[in-house]
Amino acid sequence: MFSFEIFQEILNSIRQNKLRSFLTCFSVAWGIFMLIVLLGSGNGLQNGMTSSFKDALTNSIWMSSEITSLDYNGIKKGRRIDLKNEDQAAIKQMSNQIDLSSTRYTIPVSTTIAYKEKYGSYEVRTVMPVYREIELIKMMEGRFLNDRDQSEFRKSSVISTEIRDYYFPKENSIGKYLKINNIAFQIVGVFEDKDNWDNNRCIYIPISTAQQIFSAGHNISLLAVTLKDITVDQSKDIATKAKELLAKRHNFDPKDPRAVNINNNFENMDRSLSIIRAINIFVWFIGIGTIIAGIVGISNIMLISVKERTQEIGVRKALGAKPWSIITMVLQESIFLTTMAGYIGLVLGVGLLEIVSKNIPENKAFINPSADIGVAIWATVVLIVAGAIAGFFPARQAAMIKPIEALRYE
Amino acid sequence: MIHLNNIQKSYTSGQNKLHVLKGISLDIGKGEFVSIMGSSGSGKSTLLNILGILDNYDDGEYLLNNTLVKGLSERKSAHFRNELIGFVFQQFNLISYKNALENVALPLFYQGVNRRKRNIIAMEYLERVGLKPWAEHMPNEMSGGQKQRVAIARSLIAQPKIILADEPTGALDSVTSIEIMDIFKTVNDQGITVLLVTHEHDIADLTKKKIILKDGLIDEIVVNTPKINFN
Repeated sequence: MFSFEIFQEILNSIRQNKLRSFLTCFSVAWGIFMLIVLLGSGNGLQNGMTSSFKDALTNSIWMSSEITSLDYNGIKKGRRIDLKNEDQAAIKQMSNQIDLSSTRYTIPVSTTIAYKEKYGSYEVRTVMPVYREIELIKMMEGRFLNDRDQSEFRKSSVISTEIRDYYFPKENSIGKYLKINNIAFQIVGVFEDKDNWDNNRCIYIPISTAQQIFSAGHNISLLAVTLKDITVDQSKDIATKAKELLAKRHNFDPKDPRAVNINNNFENMDRSLSIIRAINIFVWFIGIGTIIAGIVGISNIMLISVKERTQEIGVRKALGAKPWSIITMVLQESIFLTTMAGYIGLVLGVGLLEIVSKNIPENKAFINPSADIGVAIWATVVLIVAGAIAGFFPARQAAMIKPIEALRYE
Repeated sequence: MIHLNNIQKSYTSGQNKLHVLKGISLDIGKGEFVSIMGSSGSGKSTLLNILGILDNYDDGEYLLNNTLVKGLSERKSAHFRNELIGFVFQQFNLISYKNALENVALPLFYQGVNRRKRNIIAMEYLERVGLKPWAEHMPNEMSGGQKQRVAIARSLIAQPKIILADEPTGALDSVTSIEIMDIFKTVNDQGITVLLVTHEHDIADLTKKKIILKDGLIDEIVVNTPKINFN
């Protein structure tokens, strides 16, 4: 349908009103440019948020020991609740949707790590072997802690790549002994967990060993569980039940906002995703609004152009142009103008996003802002539809011109 | 070729009803060369519009090439105009951003003829009106007479049965007017019916028959005696 004739028409109509065409096309280009940049930024935010959840399974719930903030059963507030090894089994029995679970104990004193003449201060996390699956820890060398480390109270340790690079720049670290507060722990593996800065600056040792060395008895600081195939509401339900159970076991008010802190990653993720969704809706709203302004502009210039060409259209009709060929002539012009202007905006928008995403310093909140192919396809559809809408009224106007106009002279 | 029976046409503007054609009955046969004359307001332009299917009429019958032309859809009337009628206008009405060749080829575009083919045909017709060297020129580079010759080539390209010309010499000087009338005569000699509206007597005298309108009715029909060629 698109022919040389149509192209000639369009070029002519642009040429006749250069400034007007430019301004109108600019408004459409600007609309698409804004839409692409906003959508890209939205993507950047979304990538940032999703990646901040990558350091742990999003289907996990974390319970940690804290201090009570409400009086209960005649006991004053301000009491420290210590979760116990036994709580793990109790929580596990609560629901069959609980999949993995691990305890963690936080060493109450600062830890000094030494190897030969090198000293440093790093966080030491004391966990169960299954913790690796909950925290999604990637092993680079050797192995993670295993069940025998745990049951035999072995002094085994797993270090991060960063720690390895600090203590063992030139030698193999596996099998070497690191001194943690002057107690030698053998290195059994090296991991990498770069999603979070802290996660790549720590050492894992068995919780059983730690509880023994630091005389912690059965105290734990953290209990993490993962849940399988459940909805956000179900996870909230389990979190509430877990708090009630722990309240009963440790004699505190289940309504106490502190005492035991429950961090439900399900809910966190869901909340973030709904924020992103809202941002996306907002972005489309603004973008579409800007494009509508452009459409009105195109429609306007086309109406004027049809008006100016009344006689020409009359002549065409006298020569045998059917109403439909006049309509398609106007519609194609409108779609062409919109699409061309829109594509300029699209290319500029994508270009800007590319430049930005290549040059922004690494940060966690805004990662790889880009408009994907889906957005480009959507934008094209929007443009063609927009062009058709913009051309609708002018085309109708043109189709209504009577061929008699050909004989009317000013 | 053309058969009009008691054609009536009136225009309403607000409260006023203007009865323009009050019953025109007329027959024009194949190969005639006719001029329609009349003072302004006599209804000659309205009659031309109806003959050209550019406007409809209120009452009566119009048969064109034995087909009743009445209440046609826009689509249908566009088709008839394209196939049967060639138009020549006072102001030439060439499309300003198309060159002479493209202007001539336009009716074929609406017939769906491809670009290459219609340009070849258009070149033939330009040659007939003696403007082959001007094919690539834009209308604003041509004189009035040249523009009208392009317009005549355009009216002929779809091989119509009738040429309708509305004051074809109205914008031209007398020498050029005679040249244009010569072209019409040549066209007519090939068997095409030519019907032109004019208010200039010496132009009307160059046709074979004059139809004189007065107040929406045919006043008289004058058959011109063939011009004696003194050469």
